[in-house]
Amino acid sequence: MKWDEFFVFTHDPMLFAAMISIVLGGLAIFVGLTYFKKWGYLWTEWLTTVDHKRIGVMYILVALVMLFRGGVDALLMRAQSAVPENGLLNAQHYNEIFTTHGLLMILFMAMPFIIGLMNVIIPLQIGARDVAFPRLNAVSFWLFAAGAALLNISFVIGGSPDAGWTAYFPLASLEYSPTVGNNYYSLALQISGIGTLMTGINFIVTILKMRAPGMTLMKMPMFTWSVLITNVIIVFAFPVLTVALALMMLDRQFGTQFFTMSNGGMDMLWANLFWVWAHPEVYIVILPAFGIYSEIISTFARKNLYGYKSMVVSMVAISLLSFLVWAHHFYTMGQGVMANSIFSIATMAIAVPTGVKMFNWLFTLHKGKITFTTPMLYSLAFIPIFTIGGVTGVMLGMASADYQYHNTMFLVAHFHYVLIPGTVFAVIAGFHYWYPKVFGYQLNERLGKLGFWLITISFNVAFMPLFILGLNGMTRRMYTYSEETGFGPLNMLSFVGALGLALGFIVLVYNIYWSARYSPRDTSGDPYDARSPEWSTHSPVPVYNFAIVPTINSLDAFWYAKKNKAPFFEGKYEPIHMPSNSGQPFLMGVAFCFWGFFMVFSWWIPAIISALGIFATMIYRTFERDHGYYISVEEIERTENALRGDKQ
Amino acid sequence: MKIKWALLSLIFTITTVLTGCDQPLLVLDPKGPQAKTLSDTIIFSMVIMAGILLVVYILYAYMLTKYRASKMGEDYEPPHEEGSHTLEIIWTLIPVIIVVVLSVVTVRSTSDVEAVPKGYEEDKPLVIYASSSNWKWHFSYPEEGIETVNYVNIPTDRPVEFRLYSHGPISSFWIPQLAGQKYAMNAMINELNLVADAPGSYIGKNSNFNGKGFAHMDFEAQAMTASEYVQWVEDVKETAPKLSEKEFNSLLEIDFVGRKTYSSNHLTFSPPPVGNHGHNPDEKDGKDASEDESNSHEEHNQH
Repeated sequence: MKWDEFFVFTHDPMLFAAMISIVLGGLAIFVGLTYFKKWGYLWTEWLTTVDHKRIGVMYILVALVMLFRGGVDALLMRAQSAVPENGLLNAQHYNEIFTTHGLLMILFMAMPFIIGLMNVIIPLQIGARDVAFPRLNAVSFWLFAAGAALLNISFVIGGSPDAGWTAYFPLASLEYSPTVGNNYYSLALQISGIGTLMTGINFIVTILKMRAPGMTLMKMPMFTWSVLITNVIIVFAFPVLTVALALMMLDRQFGTQFFTMSNGGMDMLWANLFWVWAHPEVYIVILPAFGIYSEIISTFARKNLYGYKSMVVSMVAISLLSFLVWAHHFYTMGQGVMANSIFSIATMAIAVPTGVKMFNWLFTLHKGKITFTTPMLYSLAFIPIFTIGGVTGVMLGMASADYQYHNTMFLVAHFHYVLIPGTVFAVIAGFHYWYPKVFGYQLNERLGKLGFWLITISFNVAFMPLFILGLNGMTRRMYTYSEETGFGPLNMLSFVGALGLALGFIVLVYNIYWSARYSPRDTSGDPYDARSPEWSTHSPVPVYNFAIVPTINSLDAFWYAKKNKAPFFEGKYEPIHMPSNSGQPFLMGVAFCFWGFFMVFSWWIPAIISALGIFATMIYRTFERDHGYYISVEEIERTENALRGDKQ
Repeated sequence: MKIKWALLSLIFTITTVLTGCDQPLLVLDPKGPQAKTLSDTIIFSMVIMAGILLVVYILYAYMLTKYRASKMGEDYEPPHEEGSHTLEIIWTLIPVIIVVVLSVVTVRSTSDVEAVPKGYEEDKPLVIYASSSNWKWHFSYPEEGIETVNYVNIPTDRPVEFRLYSHGPISSFWIPQLAGQKYAMNAMINELNLVADAPGSYIGKNSNFNGKGFAHMDFEAQAMTASEYVQWVEDVKETAPKLSEKEFNSLLEIDFVGRKTYSSNHLTFSPPPVGNHGHNPDEKDGKDASEDESNSHEEHNQH
């Protein structure tokens, strides 16, 4: 391998600038930490933490950084296609950018944002003190972080994957994609995927085994339900990705022929395996969003969730159907009328449970008392915009019509209409909604609403034109197009929308800064007079979550306790058993990151050494004797009194 | 909220006007029975979807205007509502009925566009092999014994059977005004049936991303009357050069090429893959096929 193939940033001034900013940013953080003597704090409070709340915050932090990265990709793409025959990006750069945009936004933004929120909230919502396997939770996070780091390094070292986030073979094979880009794909996704799989197991066990006494399954808050179902999907879907990526790595680096064009390889096999994972993946990011909306809509309509049981049933139905529709991503592969019809009908059937949920949300508003806070605005905007995404989804689900939509901007518009108002609005809404729970103060409402209007309006300006472009025959992933196609004006309009979206996200980030400095503290722990148990404890939440574990005797038990002026916590303080911090998950993540990097370049000796490092951390864990520690009654009393302050 | 709707409808009008005034959208401007079926299906589904959107939007607007906190009074306490079986049955059943209707339409239109268009079943179809390599399209006419690159001429009012395959990554063969798209893949043949009603020049393209030259991978599909078509074939046979194996292999290797016309085709020395689906090189007949295998293998290695 030549050096200029290794340091790809030397080819391109834009990449060079990116490289310099990464180095300078890293240097600034390093110098800052050293200057303020924060290395110890960083290590003991964050890098070694097993506290679900802090792990959740770290997930969200990484997700926000990736949102920025993926957003810059999106802006570059839209800028490139804003005018015909644009020379801003060349084909290779554009191909890398739309590939990483997809990967980052789905796997390193939407998923970790969702997982971050569920880390912070789920134990609080079920009245638990942590997840079932706190150490495993930290391992999950650090593997995810290792995968994210690896994918981001690819931009400047060796080149990013460039065969689309779907990485269809034979295009992604060594023959047609000889750079290391797709090695990064297989390894970065593999490492973070293993982390996600462990998260899935962790949260299923947590929700099934660690609920507060009295909280039966049908008394769980809707977000908890959505997360439970999501994690079941994760556990069933991610092993498929693991296998597919392993085969991909073997094909590209070890000369096997699973997906190649000769010796019995089958390119269709990759497409099938990929979508068997990737379609449920879409529901992994959308179902928790439904949960978040359910919480927020019911809180700010000051009414219980309408049709709770049918909400649960419809989510279970969606999760089952999500595994039966993967072939609708390639109706055009020539499976014939029979197979396409079956997958069409299964696909359209998903509209039924989704419609049930839509009407339940609308009827939760019925006879309610609606206040328009920032999280509520996002949740309310979700309904009309997501419905557009939903109905165009049904249109795409019709196999015959899909022969005309497939691979066009119509499809691109559709999935952005589903994923942005669905998942992105939900995580922003959840972020605003639960922010005071984690940090003890609310985000500013004026800035929040400004961001909301910017984001919502710009979103429609950016993506509505794409429906029309698609029907006019514009295909996706084209780095350029000619003047005669007539695609120019609408693409320009879309670029304007993209700029507006960027502005909206800048307002959102500025709001975090502004509120940290000026927002008044929330001492109540329950700023919205909400319904679910996470609002019953203090904000910010003490390390043990609940001094006394509450007993739950109904859905919205906390709400009724407040209404009836009955105590929510009964009993007296007892010593609380907590897990100890450990550097082992972090070191394991570091070892995985090095292993992945060396594997990408097929540098076997360093890869083997890093693999030994991974095993060393595992062996260490096997022989480690760590029974956690106890928080004494006196310390609980001290903490509780301090947190209560002048509240009672 | 009102501002938002005003803005949204403004945007929608602008976008519709922007595209609507000069010419109809490609997909909704069919020039053959297959594309017509698809265009009808799309418009039908759009009407139904508009109806669904309308119902949701009316309910939504009603809830948001009627139950705002500012209108409900200070001490209004929303009631506890468990849900309603009647309502739930209604909003399950109606979508089920809609899905059933759409399913029937889908199955019928899918089998229509997969088959030879109605009314043309008796006609002898014109077979054209369309294969992609890097970022170009090869069109081989086995019966006429001619071959073109990056353009295809077809007669109107006669069924055309495209047999699609790829010499490399998956591409997708699409002439939006004549028929829906289908993948062209290595080692298998996909069939696409279409008929052109009206003479004219139509845009054809690959819609499936297949590498760095993807954006430039379009071709012209020209529909001409039967007599014009016969005349064209005669002209090609008389004037165009023969396609040698050597020339074909060099064609496969280069990235882009302009239009080419040949009075023989590559099917004789580089036969297309056999059979639909599945991949078994052993099924290929004779020595030619295995030679082709090794040839193409070498090329890919050089690639």
